[in-house]
Amino acid sequence: MGFKEKCFKKSLWVFHLSAGSCNNCDIEILDCLTPRYDIERFGMKLVGSIRHADVLLVTGVVTKKLLPRIKEVYDQAPKPIVVVAIGVCSCTGGMFKDCYTFKGPLDKVIPVDAYVPGCPPKPEAMLAGIMKLLNK
Amino acid sequence: MGKEIFYFLIFPGLLFSGIVGGFLSWFDRKITARVQFRQGPPLLQPLYDFIKLLTKETLIPKKGSQFTFFVAPILALFGAVISAVFILLPLFGIKTGFVGDLIVIIYLLNIPSLSYMIGALASGNPLAAVGASREMKLILSYEVPFLLVLISIILKSGMSIKLSEIIAFQAANGAFIGSVSGVIGFIVILMCIQAKLGLVPFDMAEGEGEICDGITIEFSGTTYALVNLAKYIMLFVLPALVVGLFFAGMNFEGINILWSVLKVVLVVLLVTLIRNTSPRVRIDQAMRFFWIWMNLLAIVSIILAIFGL
Repeated sequence: MGFKEKCFKKSLWVFHLSAGSCNNCDIEILDCLTPRYDIERFGMKLVGSIRHADVLLVTGVVTKKLLPRIKEVYDQAPKPIVVVAIGVCSCTGGMFKDCYTFKGPLDKVIPVDAYVPGCPPKPEAMLAGIMKLLNK
Repeated sequence: MGKEIFYFLIFPGLLFSGIVGGFLSWFDRKITARVQFRQGPPLLQPLYDFIKLLTKETLIPKKGSQFTFFVAPILALFGAVISAVFILLPLFGIKTGFVGDLIVIIYLLNIPSLSYMIGALASGNPLAAVGASREMKLILSYEVPFLLVLISIILKSGMSIKLSEIIAFQAANGAFIGSVSGVIGFIVILMCIQAKLGLVPFDMAEGEGEICDGITIEFSGTTYALVNLAKYIMLFVLPALVVGLFFAGMNFEGINILWSVLKVVLVVLLVTLIRNTSPRVRIDQAMRFFWIWMNLLAIVSIILAIFGL
């Protein structure tokens, strides 16, 4: 593992994109910042702009309305970027898979590196998912 | 010539102040974490962040002025490093500077903020433009109290506008923080530093919740790394200036080294605690705060300084 790669893994800045979610996964993502989980130990922090991000967390059903926006946000991100699908909605579609606004699970739209299923997934599950991805 | 380049690039300049600033930025984040009962980032976190940003892809917005956008972070870094050289050389007692270097320092300390503004306006992003306009208003509000405090210091030090003479005067007659006008001036300059660094009560230029990092929204990769480095350096330089103006500078003989380091760390600690215990104010509230209350305090400080208190 080179020094460059190590630096990337030690300082992941997370951008959080809600693709039509019910806000449950978003609240659980914010839980990761709290003293109990404290993702800043690993050098992660939540950033406000996609231009600074290294990890793109996508939550929610990929709806027809948000499909072009998700693609645009992915294009705006500086590469290399890690895409993580949070929650069962963005992984497979879940209970909304037959809905008329549903436009495929997230990996049909942009390449996804990790899936964290759950409705909503626990903060431990998200941390475990990202750690597994980093140790790959 | 070689000596000046050494000053600029290695010792009080880019390398040294960058490393110390990175350490202070880690300290700031660690104290923030401890205040919130968290564990906080590891010691090398600023280095990791910097290297990671340097090696990432740099995107330059298609609309807007691309050359200006790319040059603005470099200008910001130049401003921060040159002000570091001008402030730290008299502070470490290496070189005494020239008559009137305090005025040059006032100008140089503004260059980073101005460059962020130029970069934000050149990016063509509407949120960045909002951030830039807020930063502009913030500069207009905090510059006047800052200058008034410097006037009170000049009055107290017997009309000297040379940083090394001010420090020597304090070394002979006791630090300015020991007097009433000094304490009032210190409060005002602490608030001005908070606004100059863009930390929480006055971080409306990069309000994360509302305008998504504001002035730095379009910076990515190398350009954002340079912006971050300039911020690290400013986090070292401004407390160092306060130490020079109020705490009798630094002394590097024996046990005094520890005391000198503690002074800088103490000012950074105060800045961090203010940042952690206050909410963000609106831009009009900030202007009112600086124009009415801080100016009033600074004028009181000048009047007390004239009477020699």
